[in-house]
Amino acid sequence: MNKPTITKIIKTQMETKDIKTLKFYYPGKMSPGQFFMIWIPGVDEIPMSASYINKEDKGITFKKVGAATSALFKMNKGDKIGVRGPYGNGFNIKRGKTLFIGGGTGIATITVAVEFAANKKFSSDVIIGVKNKKELFFENRLKKFINKVYVSTDDGSKGYKGFASDLTKHLLSKNKYTSVLTCGPEIMMKQILSACKDTQFQASIERYMKCSVGLCGQCCLGNGLRVCKEGPVFDGKTLKKIPEFGVYKRDASGRKIKFK
Amino acid sequence: MANLATKIASLKLDNPTILASGLMDEDAGSMKRIIDCGAGAVVTKSIGLKSRDGYPNPTVIELETGFLNAMGLPNPGIKDFEEEVKKIKQSNCVLIGSVFGSNSKEFLELGSEMQSFGADALELNMSCPHAKGYGVEIGSDSKLVKEITSCVKDSIDIPVFVKLSSNVTDIKKIAMAAEKGNADGIVAINTVKAMKIDIDIKAPILANRYGGYSGKAIKPIGVRCVFEIAESLDIPIIGVGGITTGEDALEYVMAGASAVQIGTGIYYREIDIFNKVCQEMNMWMNDNNIKKISELIGVAHK
Repeated sequence: MNKPTITKIIKTQMETKDIKTLKFYYPGKMSPGQFFMIWIPGVDEIPMSASYINKEDKGITFKKVGAATSALFKMNKGDKIGVRGPYGNGFNIKRGKTLFIGGGTGIATITVAVEFAANKKFSSDVIIGVKNKKELFFENRLKKFINKVYVSTDDGSKGYKGFASDLTKHLLSKNKYTSVLTCGPEIMMKQILSACKDTQFQASIERYMKCSVGLCGQCCLGNGLRVCKEGPVFDGKTLKKIPEFGVYKRDASGRKIKFK
Repeated sequence: MANLATKIASLKLDNPTILASGLMDEDAGSMKRIIDCGAGAVVTKSIGLKSRDGYPNPTVIELETGFLNAMGLPNPGIKDFEEEVKKIKQSNCVLIGSVFGSNSKEFLELGSEMQSFGADALELNMSCPHAKGYGVEIGSDSKLVKEITSCVKDSIDIPVFVKLSSNVTDIKKIAMAAEKGNADGIVAINTVKAMKIDIDIKAPILANRYGGYSGKAIKPIGVRCVFEIAESLDIPIIGVGGITTGEDALEYVMAGASAVQIGTGIYYREIDIFNKVCQEMNMWMNDNNIKKISELIGVAHK
């Protein structure tokens, strides 16, 4: 039933000054890239990809940005939230060498995908990109599954100085990858897509959502592709045909908002 | 192959299935997909004069036999909606523009804009069950319904349909007021005002607390309303509420509907529900030796 189930937060951890992880009891299977609708009673309900996927519990990792994430940020062990889902199609993680790229809070979604690949013993490289090293999280968690974690910072405070998309281009020219999987700012993902010539590409797309079950049309892209139902992970072939990918999204009223 | 073509006032449709307002109709791309899935027409999201964010989430939840929603009339405003209407009208489809206002002046302004953008017909939303100052707050006052309808009709050339709510004492009376205001058709029904409380949180789940119930549970209410309206009115009726199969659509037709709208059914039968419903209607009609859908409109009244 697509209505929130009330569950308790069983663990919290601070990742940076304004990024936090909440783990909650929510048994069941799901794949990396799928998302939940998280209800904060009296505040809002927002879509959020899983950052931890265990048999009995799941986790979300988010940055304090608006009313909903600020309310979540204040929550502690024992507090109640409503959860429904998992929804949508996650990443299709296949054998062969995969390059994972997480930008900003997209690192949360990418990390759980890298963990999945590592558990299957698939070979992978990972780039995590942030503006400044203070915003970096999950680097140590990733190092448990992968020998080398590439870090990029816009200001050069750690690792490669520049955008994650530029570091991606560099790695793509040096190494051979079967596929590229990414989650992060849409402009970054679009640049990565154009750099992937023959390499298979998948990206997790974020849009304002309401129903999350393919009914309301709030999150539609292109010719009625529902991010909540056909997405949130789309392949490169599909994204190349969507003119608004990396260009604009829609706000709650349906007005276009250009990406900056 | 039975003939599913139908006519609502001067509006001709290849088949009687129409996308109901409020789902998959915020942008041209979504509406195009619904047309490609076999809908005879699409109704746009209800558009107002200014952009509205609507209510915070949760705005939509599933219940045992349907969905409960309170979106709060989110829309980009009529000016921003122009490009969506113009874009969808580039493909050869029948587009019904839904508008909501708080008085006849606003309805008229919105209707004129929709007409100038290229809409083939208008649907006046006088039935949203959960928006203050709009919807059923207007649509439960037969004097207002008549006044608004006739004001819009006086200056608009495309057919004007009035969408009504079952949340009134006597829907016949309201429908008759719309007919007296020269409406070209009645759309019945909008969602039914309802509520869901979470017993762990001890509070309603929807941010707006109240919502409108749609889906299978409300079909008998919709069929009853269409039947009642058909008994007293001469103008065509578009039936809506809980249609998920061809058999459901036929029930509405027999109650008196010339066409039907489908919304929540998309969840139960996927987005190509329009093709599926048409196929099922066609199959039933073939089995029962019915050549044209018009033979069935209102037959349950005999």
